[in-house]
Amino acid sequence: MHGTPILTETDRLMTVCNSCRYCEGLCAVFPAMEMRRAFSDGDLNYLANLCHSCGACYTDCQFSPPHEFNVNVPQTLAVARAESYAAYAWPRAFAGAFASNGLVISLVAALSVAVFIFGFAAVNDRSALLGIHTGPGAFYKLMPHNAMALLFGLAFLYAIVALAMGIRAFWRDIGEPVGMTTDAKSLLQAIRDAASLRYLDGGGVGCFNEDDQPTDRRKLYHHFTFYGFALCFAATCVGTLYHYLLAREAPYAWWDLPVVLGTLGGIGLVVGPLGLLAEKWKRDRVLMDAASLGMDTAFIVMLFLTSVTGLALLLWRATGAMGPLLALHLGVVFALFVTMPYGKFVHGIYRFVALVRYARERQEM
Amino acid sequence: MVDLTRRFDVLVIGGGNAALCAAISARRAGASVLVLEGAPKFYRGGNTRHTRNMRCAHDAATEILTGPYTEEEFWQDLLLVTGGQTDEELARFMIHESKDILNWIVEQGVRWQPSLGGTLSLGRTNSFFLGGGRAMLNALYRTAEELGVDILYDAAVIDLKIEDGMFLSAELLKPVHGKTEVRASALVAAAGGFEANIEWLKEYWGEAADNFLIRGTPYNRGSILKMLLAKGVQAIGDPTQCHAVAIDARAPKFDGGIITRHDSVVFGIVINKHAARFYDEGEDIWPKRYAIWGRLVAAQPDQIAYIIFDSTVVTSFMPTLFPPIAGGTIAELAGKLELDPAALEQTITEFNAAVRPGTFDHTILDDCATQGITPPKTHWARKIDTPPYLAYPVRPGITFTYLGTRVNKQARMLMKDGKPAANMFAAGEIMAGNVLGRGYAAGMGMTIGSVFGRVAGREAAKNARN
Repeated sequence: MHGTPILTETDRLMTVCNSCRYCEGLCAVFPAMEMRRAFSDGDLNYLANLCHSCGACYTDCQFSPPHEFNVNVPQTLAVARAESYAAYAWPRAFAGAFASNGLVISLVAALSVAVFIFGFAAVNDRSALLGIHTGPGAFYKLMPHNAMALLFGLAFLYAIVALAMGIRAFWRDIGEPVGMTTDAKSLLQAIRDAASLRYLDGGGVGCFNEDDQPTDRRKLYHHFTFYGFALCFAATCVGTLYHYLLAREAPYAWWDLPVVLGTLGGIGLVVGPLGLLAEKWKRDRVLMDAASLGMDTAFIVMLFLTSVTGLALLLWRATGAMGPLLALHLGVVFALFVTMPYGKFVHGIYRFVALVRYARERQEM
Repeated sequence: MVDLTRRFDVLVIGGGNAALCAAISARRAGASVLVLEGAPKFYRGGNTRHTRNMRCAHDAATEILTGPYTEEEFWQDLLLVTGGQTDEELARFMIHESKDILNWIVEQGVRWQPSLGGTLSLGRTNSFFLGGGRAMLNALYRTAEELGVDILYDAAVIDLKIEDGMFLSAELLKPVHGKTEVRASALVAAAGGFEANIEWLKEYWGEAADNFLIRGTPYNRGSILKMLLAKGVQAIGDPTQCHAVAIDARAPKFDGGIITRHDSVVFGIVINKHAARFYDEGEDIWPKRYAIWGRLVAAQPDQIAYIIFDSTVVTSFMPTLFPPIAGGTIAELAGKLELDPAALEQTITEFNAAVRPGTFDHTILDDCATQGITPPKTHWARKIDTPPYLAYPVRPGITFTYLGTRVNKQARMLMKDGKPAANMFAAGEIMAGNVLGRGYAAGMGMTIGSVFGRVAGREAAKNARN
């Protein structure tokens, strides 16, 4: 017996799949399944998070609907995955944030932006908010650097702690010994698999989205998004190092490393999310968890807003719009940070952990 | 939309591996091609849906094959499984052509992978389809569509107009834009056998056929085969024979596919509804025993049997779709199976008493045998004495039939008078009986389909242009 109806259904499907095994060359889920004859809740959550939702097993399955065996692995695992996110949420009281995620994230984002705008207006006089500020330290006329660093440092730290607690819950659920987190070989393999989205390719032809024609578009847009995000994060890190180690204050010239990294990342984070949204819009609903649509969209939109407001700030930072744009950008980024543990962002975390476990299981075979 | 006012160069009837290979090959040879698949799109492809590999000769190991499998070895294997019921010239031709199919099929978009884990020891001889048979079919359909082959689904053919071995047109059950007549210069019949046609099976098996389960879709009704034979095409293959394995009795009537099979016979005993054993469960190793149990069960009362084993062996075989039925005692198990408890207890007691000591090894013909009971269990006999006691109910699962149309090396049908048909070709299960008169070896059906499909398409295109 399983804890939830979706895990019971996942167990039924894995029992069907384990007696067939035709899909074992498509991804990591089926080889991981084959290592087991029976499935605990943790096993099923592990398999659900290992699935990259490429859709190939649905298109290739002789038992997918309308067959009476009704085998729909991508959709079932998507539902199980979304439920697992809520189950691992820390603190537990926030688990409900996943259920109405689009609404929660919109509210947090709107509230954050409003607080920054009113905060700037309250702390500074109106001429400062709408005034023109240029040269090093221009941003900090509106908000002192240390206040900014402290606020975002805390928000980021909170996100890290909440995510770490989620990983801990997942790790326990799937029954992995704690020591396995330090297995370098498995970690390296998982990093390689995640960085290349190895399992988002239907076993080599591409993933299935709106029809039975395989394509690499989702993988491409995800790369834009992920590496765009990584570049933006790197820009922030370099900026922080500049500030504290070199005493060089933002804003930086367009050719300077933080701006180059941030601009490239920002472009990736515009193209990627737009592409992912378009693909999601077209995607065959039969492959998807309908209830997760709000969560997925909210996260993609937040990433898009982060990059768009950042790029807008870069373009108009020498004008009177700088103050409101800075407030908007900081508000969005703040909201992104604090909602990270309660939205689609966690998919990357749990999937990575699942890949680590998979790498270790393969080694032991 | 498909325009039926035109005359196609090649009409392919069927929608599986052989049909698509024929369509692609004819199209690549420059012909206009229409494929009529009788099933709806989801169920397209007949038995190909449920396949997973193909047996092709090759002289050296490849990325996915562990070693060479020569033409001669393939021929010897074919000779062995058919007991010589094969057309040597045609069979050797097919085996030779199979070598090139390994590459050709990849050019049509099909992808290979090494043999599946936890299954058969076919890694050297058989190439597996990445994603299975439906993935293979999807690739062939994509290629055919890209090449401009026209395809109609739900396109059941109810009549063929044939005059003196010359195909003229086919008639559709449902009109397309008001038209039901499909004209073409050449016909490739690749519409499979009649395994899903219970009425036809009854002609040979009587009422017992009502208890058969069909492993493929309900669309494999053999209607094209029947029309061709009625219109003067020479038949080949034993009409009374079909390939049958023991599958779970709880499987659906149609299309349960591979996942309903059982390969646990060797680990226990098999009894009928009177709780009596009826055949040596340890006679031979896979795949021989796999292919005989369907027929054995078909001969039992009500066409039902039960594989009985105990808790010590549950992890010795592949996980099964349906869980075994369990009982804490033999009597409890008998009750769940609705068998006579006393009879089952007696059968198991007698069996256990007859088991002689030995060293168990299911990979070889080991020395664990019974003594003094009939039938004996000549290998892998071990006592059934550790509860819970477990059972799988099994029925005959029909895979394919052997009756077909006679063809030559061009895949051209031969008429009853021995003359080649003017413009009619056949490929796949509908003509498999030419090379496979009886028996089976894994992956051979797909070899027949791809090789003769490719040849039939090419020859039909050539025929149509002349």
